[in-house]
Amino acid sequence: MTEQQPAEPPPWMCANCNLPLGLSKVDVGYLGNAFPVDLLKCPNCGLVFIPEDLALGKMADVEKQLEDK
Amino acid sequence: MLIEIAKGDFTAALRQYKKTVPFPGIISRICDQPCQDVCKRAEAGDAIAIRNLERACVDIGESSSEKSRPLPKRGGKIAVIGGGVSGLTAAYDLARKGYAVTIIEADSRLGGSLWKVDRDFLPAKTIEDDVNAVIKLGVVIRLNTPINQELHDLRRDFNAIYVAIGAHTVERFDLDQDEYGFVKVDAVTFATSMDGVFAGGGLRWGKEMHSAITSISEGRRAAISIDRYLQKVSLTASRINEGTYPSCLYTNMQGIEPHPVIDANDHQQGYEWNEAIQEAKRCLQCECMECVKACEYLKQFERYPKRYVREIYNNLSIVKGTRHANTFINSCSLCGLCGEICPEHLDMASVNLTARREMVEQNRMPPSAFDFALRDMQFSNSDKFELARNRPGTDMSDTVFFPGCQLSASSPDHVESVYAYLNNHLTDSRVGLMLGCCGAPANWAGQSALFESTLAAWRTQLQAMGNPKVILPCSSCYQVFKNHMPGVEIVSLWEIYDQCGLPAFAGTVEPANCAIAIHDPCTTRYETSIQDSVRRIVQRMGYQIEELPLSRERTECCSYGGLMWLSNRELAHKVIQRRVAASQADYVTYCAMCRDFFASHGKRALHLLDLIYNRDTPGVSEIPGASAQTTDERAARRGPGYSQRHENRARLKRKLLKTIWGEEMDGAQAYESIRLIIADEVRVKLEQRLILTEDIQRVIEYAERTGRRLLNQGTGHTLAYFKPTSVTYWVEYLRQADGFAIYNAYSHRMEVPGSGQLS
Ligand SMILES: [Zn+2]
Repeated sequence: MTEQQPAEPPPWMCANCNLPLGLSKVDVGYLGNAFPVDLLKCPNCGLVFIPEDLALGKMADVEKQLEDK
Repeated sequence: MLIEIAKGDFTAALRQYKKTVPFPGIISRICDQPCQDVCKRAEAGDAIAIRNLERACVDIGESSSEKSRPLPKRGGKIAVIGGGVSGLTAAYDLARKGYAVTIIEADSRLGGSLWKVDRDFLPAKTIEDDVNAVIKLGVVIRLNTPINQELHDLRRDFNAIYVAIGAHTVERFDLDQDEYGFVKVDAVTFATSMDGVFAGGGLRWGKEMHSAITSISEGRRAAISIDRYLQKVSLTASRINEGTYPSCLYTNMQGIEPHPVIDANDHQQGYEWNEAIQEAKRCLQCECMECVKACEYLKQFERYPKRYVREIYNNLSIVKGTRHANTFINSCSLCGLCGEICPEHLDMASVNLTARREMVEQNRMPPSAFDFALRDMQFSNSDKFELARNRPGTDMSDTVFFPGCQLSASSPDHVESVYAYLNNHLTDSRVGLMLGCCGAPANWAGQSALFESTLAAWRTQLQAMGNPKVILPCSSCYQVFKNHMPGVEIVSLWEIYDQCGLPAFAGTVEPANCAIAIHDPCTTRYETSIQDSVRRIVQRMGYQIEELPLSRERTECCSYGGLMWLSNRELAHKVIQRRVAASQADYVTYCAMCRDFFASHGKRALHLLDLIYNRDTPGVSEIPGASAQTTDERAARRGPGYSQRHENRARLKRKLLKTIWGEEMDGAQAYESIRLIIADEVRVKLEQRLILTEDIQRVIEYAERTGRRLLNQGTGHTLAYFKPTSVTYWVEYLRQADGFAIYNAYSHRMEVPGSGQLS
């Protein structure tokens, strides 16, 4: 489990609830638009995990598109 | 059209040509080339052989079988009397607009004086082909029909009449005439004395074929009048620049090599295709690109200013769909150089600023564009930095020193030195101090309401201090005060140094670098007196001044203006690179941001205060206010990062409060006491991502207080996220005995659940 394959989720867990994160549909929104996105999330408290490459890649692109709409 | 010919695309050129003239076959042969008189090419060779090129288009280009678009139908019957060039043009234009047009011709064929042109030159087939295009539009032709009735009677059958009979008739109908016996016609609308009757062509001029192009132009303009007449709208409104008019276009002929006109091998046949291409290539494509040559921003977007203005207008009127011009509008430094250079003073700064305000108004301004700068301004005008005090022991101020936000962030030590200097030198004046941001970023970002409220706060403050004169080192502040706070007396700090003299120790060593280049901040573009003061100060300190090729009213922006540095960081790099390459000499400037931006690109640059408060002379370092660095060291120093700029402002306030007024600053927020341990490479990343130390402190404070954080089982690092205002920050950290080690941080604007309560 330490030598991860690229597809494997990163070893983050919720420190609050001491639970592993699970893939789940999460609503993300911007400027009055909302989309369901598959994210890793704590099944108990709802804390989510957004990896760096998602924040600086896809998310930044969508932000820009919505801002110019 | 000439661009297409030069590329060898005659079909595209023909398409273009047909858009501008109604009868391409005829005109391309008889065009009398009035435009040659003003062709700029004549100054370097000969005027462009435009008629030969027109003909090459028609002869070589493939005429796409014109799609017979269904014509609009408009109510209104129009008679055109006379089937010459002018009448045919009017009939053609009006029929295409959907009117029922009848041409009444006394002769047995259409074309009028065209038939008098040499047949070798203008073959009958060419005339017939072009005339047929009119007939195809459904125009009714009555040949052999001289007008035997008064126009009054004819008017009963038609809603409007265009009289375009040639000069050969003596017929003047029942229309008013001038003293020479010609029909009186309005020079703009072609209206005659009779309602609904217009006249043009040879009849008006009294001579045969004065110019085919003029006849066409008149027919066209009369058609516009008739259309307006029938639509019952003003005949005269906005009709400037119809027909020929002197162009305002400026073409710089410098460096243009002369080339003579290309001669057609066979004059009878006109240009071969390769001859036409050669000739078209001689065209200078007279677009005045003077501003584009001088501005990296205009260059980057690769268009011509007038086109930009149209795109901005379109952008503002988009209700649904992508606003492609947003980035363009928000990237301008608003420096005004284009307006200064443009012979017509077309200024993109005012166009773009108006557009930004409009976008904010419409709630369509992209939040990411200027948010960071607005929050920086908010910081400067918060308790952390904002301050207004009369000199200790006084309750009024005659003058007040307002260093602005960026000098205080870049060189807080200079602010102390200057305040001490002012107190020593303005002996008959009570000198107060005001710290904060003038509001320029809000203005640049189009945030009119925020800008106004900021100005109002300063106005109130100044009133409370007894309306002192404001001393300003920063020229952006200077412009804000000058243009937006009428009634407030201002003076540039540089004029004070110029008039009151420099501190005794300033510039006393022989400068190591004799020549120094002055960079004028773009906000001093028209402040000649400030520019002069600065030059005198620099000279007085023993430096030789090198003038940059673009200086004073033609100076370039460092990219801070208009917040370009934030809204288009890639472009900002190019702008800085271009500016620092203008001279090898060290730069001296009098704006903290200009200096820091140049230094960030490896350019040796000094603030004027770096020169004044140097410590190059042995022993001077003991003088209060003298810098801890030598001039040489200061020229090479990099400006502080964004977090450090906040820190410098806050510390400056705390220090001045304590040393001058003997006050302690109020308690700090909980997060501010969180100690961070940040490696240099992480610091660089944070700087690039516009993440401040205080953002990180807030995330950690929130995560540690609430326990809401993720744990990496491999590394043991903590990851937490928090959204203090509009941006969600993620921080990867590890709690250590002496603080928090920071490994990474990133941010996004999309909102996700669990990002904290504040908003
Ligand atoms: Zn949890």
